[in-house]
Amino acid sequence: MADIHILATGRASSRLADLRLSGVAIVCIGILTIFILMAIFAAFIAPYEPSLPDLRARLAPPVWNEGGTMAHILGTDHLGRDMLSRLVYGSRIALLVGFFGVIVASLIGTAIGLIAGFVGGAVDSVLMAVVNTLLAVPNTLLYITVLAVFGQSLTLLIIVIGCINWTTFARVVRGEVLSIKQREFIEASRAIGQRPIVTMIRHILPNVLGPIIVIATMNVAMLIILEATLSFLGLGVQPPTVTWGRMLADGRDYVATAWWLAALPGVMITLLTLSLIFLGDWLRDRLDTRSDQ
Amino acid sequence: MPETHSPASARPVLSVANLTTALRQRDGGFHTIIDDITFDIAPKETLAIVGESGSGKSVTALSIMGLLGGKSSRISGRVELAGRNLLDLTEPQMRAIRGNDIAMIFQEPMTSLNPLMTVGAQITEVLIRHRGMTQTEARKESLHMLERVRIPEARARLDEYPHRLSGGMRQRVMIAMALVCKPRLLIADEPTTALDVTIQAQTLTLMKILQEEEGMGILFITHDMGVVSEVADRTLVMLRGKTVERGSTAELFASPRHPYARTLLAAVPTLGTMEGVALPQRFPAIDHVTGKAAPPPPPVDTVSADEPPVLRVRNLTTRYAVGRRLIGAPKFAIHAVENVSFDLRKGETLALVGESGCGKSTLGRSVLRLVEPKSGEIQLQGTDIRKLDTAGLRRMRRSAQLIFQDPYASLDPRYRVGTTIAEPILAHGLASRAEAQERVARLLERVGLSADAANRYPHEFSGGQRQRISIARALSLEPAMIVADEAVSALDVSIKAQVLNLMLDLQESLRLAYLFISHDMAVVERISHRVAVMYLGEVVEIGPRNAVFGNPQHPYTRKLLAAVPKLEPSRRDRKPMLSNDEIPSPIRAAGYEPPKRSYRMAGTDHFVCEN
Repeated sequence: MADIHILATGRASSRLADLRLSGVAIVCIGILTIFILMAIFAAFIAPYEPSLPDLRARLAPPVWNEGGTMAHILGTDHLGRDMLSRLVYGSRIALLVGFFGVIVASLIGTAIGLIAGFVGGAVDSVLMAVVNTLLAVPNTLLYITVLAVFGQSLTLLIIVIGCINWTTFARVVRGEVLSIKQREFIEASRAIGQRPIVTMIRHILPNVLGPIIVIATMNVAMLIILEATLSFLGLGVQPPTVTWGRMLADGRDYVATAWWLAALPGVMITLLTLSLIFLGDWLRDRLDTRSDQ
Repeated sequence: MPETHSPASARPVLSVANLTTALRQRDGGFHTIIDDITFDIAPKETLAIVGESGSGKSVTALSIMGLLGGKSSRISGRVELAGRNLLDLTEPQMRAIRGNDIAMIFQEPMTSLNPLMTVGAQITEVLIRHRGMTQTEARKESLHMLERVRIPEARARLDEYPHRLSGGMRQRVMIAMALVCKPRLLIADEPTTALDVTIQAQTLTLMKILQEEEGMGILFITHDMGVVSEVADRTLVMLRGKTVERGSTAELFASPRHPYARTLLAAVPTLGTMEGVALPQRFPAIDHVTGKAAPPPPPVDTVSADEPPVLRVRNLTTRYAVGRRLIGAPKFAIHAVENVSFDLRKGETLALVGESGCGKSTLGRSVLRLVEPKSGEIQLQGTDIRKLDTAGLRRMRRSAQLIFQDPYASLDPRYRVGTTIAEPILAHGLASRAEAQERVARLLERVGLSADAANRYPHEFSGGQRQRISIARALSLEPAMIVADEAVSALDVSIKAQVLNLMLDLQESLRLAYLFISHDMAVVERISHRVAVMYLGEVVEIGPRNAVFGNPQHPYTRKLLAAVPKLEPSRRDRKPMLSNDEIPSPIRAAGYEPPKRSYRMAGTDHFVCEN
């Protein structure tokens, strides 16, 4: 039998080995690691207590500006709080809300997308109607209402953000499921008498993981911006907890005289979200399941 | 190799000498794909390049066209078109040649036309680009061209979009686009592979007529020896990038010299070779070194005529609703399967044949209730499976299994082969994990793979091997019946023969009943006991294989058989007739009831639809 030998050795390498790092990816992963380490070891990195005011040192500029001192490398804010310490502590909230919000959102969205796509029919119509309704309601209004009614804690914020942002996951997962459902190995699974729930979890879910990871990465960035927006509006986690959005809001009045108050948290948000988005882009190119057989 | 036959005109249109192409691999190195290819094509001559997948046929065409991209390929040798070496030309110069002096048509008529442009606009585009015509002139010329490819009502078709045309008509539009600039050379890369057999016959005839009228040379790339014998004056056989045989088609078919050419020809199922043979017959095993065929073992009668049938289908009807509006009843129904009845006995192969859209695949899925039938009766080993609940249906799956067409899509790429084969066993709780592993090893050996294949992933296997894996999975539940839906259609000829032999071996040892769905009449003739011909969801003729092939009664059966390419180049019809028949659509208005059919008996067990 002539065909009994391995032909396709070129494709034998595993998926993970194919995840060769590009320059952009290395930079993004580097920046991300720094932020994560910063959030975890905030207590050791921050030179001061982040919400400790020092009115004598009000509005001290960063060290490279005229009048800056090594005591406050990135300067102080209008209450004399150390900017570096505040930025370091602020990364905690940003990352917590970003990562956990996405975990909540992706769990809900994946489950709903899987069910809608796999079961189809009326179930699909109803679930997708829910998704579309949720998309039609202005989100900010929803946050204001929910947070005003239930109060403002970090846990609640994560849950609320997760419960409102799952729609992207649901839509993408449903679309992927619809196309994977057409593949013959799904019908094969039916033909051997496999239970539908097993087919869904064993054969469909692993094949939609790639897109889920990609949107999840991008969504972390989106949620970090969302958290900053809510804090900016005063709806996020309340002081004395430090958030970048709150810092931006505080700095608003001093933009003309003390630019670092608003600019530094802005830079942090941009840097973190940009690296997440580039990382997501790179992951999409690498994990695109459509291109392999 | 001596050139034996060359048409009247001496000066070749295209002269390829020592063409060698290397392509860049993923690791950055270059790998030689085609090696030292030499051939000439004279005006009015058709040269076929034939070979199995991966033999370098398409790379040869792309090298000639200069479509491989300078950075990722290295091409050496000479490609001479009317005295100019194409390999020396710059990209802008090549662009003036492509579509003008050399035209190309592709395999997939559904995707090679732009869906957003009218047929007319796509043809005029070529004329405006290469001939510098005005819009009006180009339109006139396009209309003329559509008439030349014999598209009915050409004037109206000019302003239609491709989706309104059938596959065969689209391929004609492609041919019109290719020929509108009167190229000297037409490269046709598997132009009929995606078409049904009757449409394929039409397209080949049309190409021949146009070649006669235009006097162009044709480079015809195909894997199908039947098509080669229909169209080619001369043939070049390729194997792993090298020419193994080159010469006149008649000679190649009469006395192939190279062992591979002999293997290839012996593996091609030929219609009409089974006359007077009652039982299915294995393909002869061919020695790859000598090319000598060992006679296949004598067939054994596997059919148990006295036992009750494994599968008994009565008046089965399956319809799909289409055009469903938001509220209210659907507008149309696809009558995929209409009032079909048949029996399938233990150890018997019943072939379902017909062209695309005839409902054969839906019928195969309906009898397994993978598609829910509308009405009728299906008895599998005496149980009416239409009455089964979900749990009963799951139990039923143990006795009836399915093998798919696409060996690349039917295995989950994320699981090891062993896991995939063990899945049915574990899903039905038939064995413990350890026992299942043992069974998997035995199954793999049974289908001709080694037991350690279980630890590899599907992408590490070739198409033929994957199909063996699918068969092993189907066998893991020890079914009484297997529905094989175009199970060998995607495989290369020699692999196809091996897989079919395996299926016959398994039938003999396990007394399996096969419902063999195929569009390939020659394969069906070789391996089936009985044949059912389907047309628009209905069985128009059913009977013993010998009776249906030897004495076809229904006009559609005759038409289908006549359209199959013959493997005898010498008997080629020189003045062919071109028909414009289309395959009709089974979509009907909702509520439509087809007329009652009556069947007449044409022989023992041989029934033909009368009206």
